[in-house]
Amino acid sequence: MDAIAITVNGTQHSVEVSPDTPLLWVLRDTLGLTGTKFGCGQALCGACTVHVDGDATRSCTTRIAAVAGHKITTIEGLSSGGNHPLQVAWLENQVPQCGYCQVGMIMTSAALLAKNSAPTDADIDDALGGHICRCGTYQRVRQAIHQAALGHSPKPLSKSGAHGLSAKASREETI
Amino acid sequence: MSAPTRIPASLTRTGSRQGNSTQTSRREFLKTGAAAGASLVVGFYLPASLKARLASDQAEGDFAPNAFIEVHSNGDIFLTVARTEMGQGVRTSMAMILAEELDADWSRVRVKQADFDAKYGDMTTGGSASVRSSWDPLRKAGASARDMLLSAAAQTMSVPKEECSAMGGSVIEHKKTGRKVGYGQLVEKASGFPVPKDVPLKDPKDYRIVGTKKDRVDGQYIVIGEAHYGIDTKIQGMLYAAIMRPAVFGARVKTFDAAKAEAAPGVRKVVEVPRAELPPLFGEERKENSGHQHYLWGGVAVVADSTWQAIAGRRALTVEWDNGPGAEESTEKHRAELAELLKTPGKEIRKIGDPESALANAAKRVEAEYETPFLAHMAMEPPNCTALVRDGKCEIWAPVQNPGGMAAALQSALGLPATAITIHVTLLGGGFGRRLNIEYGVEAALLSRAASAPVKVIWTRDDDIRHDYYRPMTRHRLRAGLDAQNQPTAWLHHIAAPSTDGTYLGGDIPDIGGTEIVGAGLPNGPIPNYFLEQSFLHTVVPRGYWRAVDVNWNHFAVESFVDEIAAASGRDPVELRRQLMVGKPAALPADSDEKPVDIARLRRVLELAAEKAGWGKPLPAGRGRGIAALSSWGSYVANVAEVTVGKDGAVRVDRVVVAIDCGQVINPDMVVAQMEGGVVFGLTSALYDEITIENGAVRQTNFDNYPMLRLPDMPKVEVHIVPSHETPGGIGEPGVPCAAPAVANAIFAATGKRLRRLPFQTQELAQS
Repeated sequence: MDAIAITVNGTQHSVEVSPDTPLLWVLRDTLGLTGTKFGCGQALCGACTVHVDGDATRSCTTRIAAVAGHKITTIEGLSSGGNHPLQVAWLENQVPQCGYCQVGMIMTSAALLAKNSAPTDADIDDALGGHICRCGTYQRVRQAIHQAALGHSPKPLSKSGAHGLSAKASREETI
Repeated sequence: MSAPTRIPASLTRTGSRQGNSTQTSRREFLKTGAAAGASLVVGFYLPASLKARLASDQAEGDFAPNAFIEVHSNGDIFLTVARTEMGQGVRTSMAMILAEELDADWSRVRVKQADFDAKYGDMTTGGSASVRSSWDPLRKAGASARDMLLSAAAQTMSVPKEECSAMGGSVIEHKKTGRKVGYGQLVEKASGFPVPKDVPLKDPKDYRIVGTKKDRVDGQYIVIGEAHYGIDTKIQGMLYAAIMRPAVFGARVKTFDAAKAEAAPGVRKVVEVPRAELPPLFGEERKENSGHQHYLWGGVAVVADSTWQAIAGRRALTVEWDNGPGAEESTEKHRAELAELLKTPGKEIRKIGDPESALANAAKRVEAEYETPFLAHMAMEPPNCTALVRDGKCEIWAPVQNPGGMAAALQSALGLPATAITIHVTLLGGGFGRRLNIEYGVEAALLSRAASAPVKVIWTRDDDIRHDYYRPMTRHRLRAGLDAQNQPTAWLHHIAAPSTDGTYLGGDIPDIGGTEIVGAGLPNGPIPNYFLEQSFLHTVVPRGYWRAVDVNWNHFAVESFVDEIAAASGRDPVELRRQLMVGKPAALPADSDEKPVDIARLRRVLELAAEKAGWGKPLPAGRGRGIAALSSWGSYVANVAEVTVGKDGAVRVDRVVVAIDCGQVINPDMVVAQMEGGVVFGLTSALYDEITIENGAVRQTNFDNYPMLRLPDMPKVEVHIVPSHETPGGIGEPGVPCAAPAVANAIFAATGKRLRRLPFQTQELAQS
C-alpha cells in the first residue's frame, strides 16, 4: 500500500490505504472525521456528501486514488463553529429530526448556493433530489435553503462586500 | 492469518434474565440521591412502559429510582433517564417538562442518556410512550425538587417559605423585599431537606415552557457534524467486522472457504457466527409451539483493520448454505395463502349482535379486500454495534431502542451475569422500531470475544434491507350491510397476517391486547352488528414493529372501506364519518393503549382537517381530495390529502392537511415536525415500497429498488393542532397511518378507481 496524499479541510494528509478505498471510509476510519455519514454505499442517498474542489460529491463511491491532490471539504471544514448561513438557517427552521442525513444535505446545499445564490424550487429539487431523509424533513430543508439564500443575496447598499457573504467565499475563508 | 474459528453456539432458548418488569415495578416515590451535597439530586421512578406504569400503581416494595434530577451549583441541571433519542425529540421534550415544574432555566437543562442497568427494567423506547409515561412522574419530581429549593431559599434569606416563589430561570424571589437567590447557591442546603410528598403541580395556565416552541437540544451538534451516533463509535484498538449472512431466511452455513478473504489486505480473522435463537425481546418466557421467534442470523464474519477492508474481505468469501424449507417461500405464495385464509373462518376476536344475519338481511352489501406488503424500516443509520468483551465483562456501544432486550440476549449468548454487562446507548440515526431488535449487539459481542479485541460490526444497506424484521404482509376482507336508508347495520372485518408480537413476546398472540389488530375497531360506534376475526399466516419471514405497527394496515383497510360505503350509498365521506363518530365505540377500544376512544375528539380532528383543507370546494379534473382519521397512542389525527392523477396514471400528492389533538402539547414545533415526517413515512409506504420474497430471500437490495419519497415529491404539509390540556398523547407514530388511506380515497375522488393494494399499483389508473 502506497501513501496517497489528500487535502481535507485545508490540511494535507498522507494516508496508507488501498487505492480503491472509498473516500468515505478514509475520512471516517483513517482521519476520524465522522460527520460524513454512511447510508447506502452506492451514491443513492447522499448522506456521505462532501465537496471535492467545491463540487458536491458522494464520498461512498469516490475512490481515494481519484481525489489525490484535490481539495476536499467535509462538514467539519464548512465553517468555523457552525456559522455558515445554511447551518444557521437549518437551526432557525429546526430542520433536523434524527439528524443522520442532514450533513449530506447541508453539503449539497452549500455547493448549490456557491454556484447559484438565488435557487428556485426547481433548482433545489435538482440539487437535492438525490438525497434521502427517512424522517421526512424535506419541507424544512427547502425553507432553510431559501432562507440562507436570502442571507446570501448581495445587498444593494453594500456593493463592495456583498460577495464576501457567498457560501463559496465563506467556505474558502475557513479552509 | 489464523484458521477460521467457530464460535460455540452457546446461545440458549431463554435468557436467565434478571430485573424483569415485576421486580422493577415500584410505587412512585422520590428520594435524594447518594451524591447529595455539592448538588441536589432527586431520584424517582419512571415506568419503562405504560403497562409497567399500570403495574406499578399496585406494586409494593423497595423503591429503586431509575431517573435522576441533578441541580448543580454552577446552574447546570441534568435529567438522567433511560430513553433513546432517535429524532422524535425526547431529549428536548423531557427536559422541557422537567424545567417547567422545576421553574428552571430551560437553557441549562439537559437530558443525559442512562447506561443500561438491569434494575431499571427494559428501558425500551417505543410505542410513542416516552412523554406519555413520564409526564406525571417527571412533573412530580420537578415540583418536589423545586419545593426543596424553596425551603432552602427561605432558610437562606431567613423569611417564611410561603413568601418565596420560584420565578422561572432557576431563581427564587422573596416577594416582599425583592431579594433573589439562584438555585446554584441553594443546592447544598436543599439537599438536606426531605423530599416532600404531594407537592401541587402547576395549573397549565401558568406554564412558561411547556407548550412553547423550543429548539431541539441536539440540533446545534447535528448541523456541524458533531452529533455522535452509534456508527461513530471509536475505541482504542478497535477492529471492524462485516458479516455475510444467509440470503434465505432460516438458512445455515454448510461450509465456507476463508482462504481468499484471509489473504485480503487488513483482514485479521474470518469467523463463523452461529445461527441461534435469541430470548424473546421483551423478556417474557418463550411459549410452547409459538411459531416465529427472534434469531441471530448466523453467517461468516470478516474482521479487519478498517470498515472497507472488512467489506472488501467479505466479497472474497465463498460460503455454501443449507437453505432449509424457507427457500420455498415467495410473495406469490404468501399472497395466495392469505387469500385462502380469508375464505375460512378465523379466530373470533369480537362479536357484537348477529353480524352474519344482519349482512344477509341487508338491503345493500358492500365487500372489498385489501392488501399491504412486507416493509423494511430503512433507518438512515444502518444497524451497527461496538463491543468489548474482556475479563468476564461485556461493554457495548449501541444505537438501540431496547437495551434491556439486548442485555438479556448478551447474558444468554456470553453466559455472563447481568452485572457484567454495560450498554452505552448512543444517539440513533432513526429507529422506527428496527432497533427494538438487538441481534447486531450479539454479533458484535461474539466477534469481540473471538477476536480478543473491541469490534465494531457494520451492516451495509444490503445487509439491512435483506435482514430486517419486516412490517408484515396483510390481507383484509371487509363486508358491510346497509339498510334501506343506507345506514350501515353490519360490519365484518377478517384480518389475515403473520404474527408480529411473536417476535417480541413469543408466538401468535391472538387476543385483543395483541398488536395485530389495533386500528381495526373504528368506526363502529352506531353499527349494531360487528365481527372481527383474525387468521395467522405462518412464514419464516421475520416480522417486527414498524412505526405505527398494526394501525398502519388495519387503518388502511378500515378507512378505505368507509369511503367505499360512502360511495356505495352516495354520501359524502366526511358526512358519513361524522355520522359514525357518535356514541361509544363498542367493538374494540381501538386505541393502542386499550384506552377508550373519546369519539368527540376524533370527530373534532376530522372536522378541523376538512375545514382547513377546504373540503367540498371543487377541484379541477384529474385532482381529488381524500380523508382519513384515527385514534392511536392517546392522540387523534386526521389527514386530508389532495392528489393529481396524470393520464399515465402517475399519482402526485400535492398537499396534506393534518389535524392533531395530542392532548397537552409539550413542544408545538416538535409536534409539527413529527406530523410532517409521519406523512412522509406514510406516503413512502403508500406510493413506493414493497419487500418481495423469491426463493425464500428478499429481492430488494438498496434505495434504488426500495425507493423513498424525496424532496421533489414532497407535498405541502400543513399541520393544525387542537389546543388541549388533556394528558399528553404520543406523536411519533400517530402521524403515519392516515396518509395511505387518505391518498387512496383522494385517488378514488380524482378517478373513480379504487386502489386496494399497497403500494398503489398506479398503472391501473392509466387512461387507455
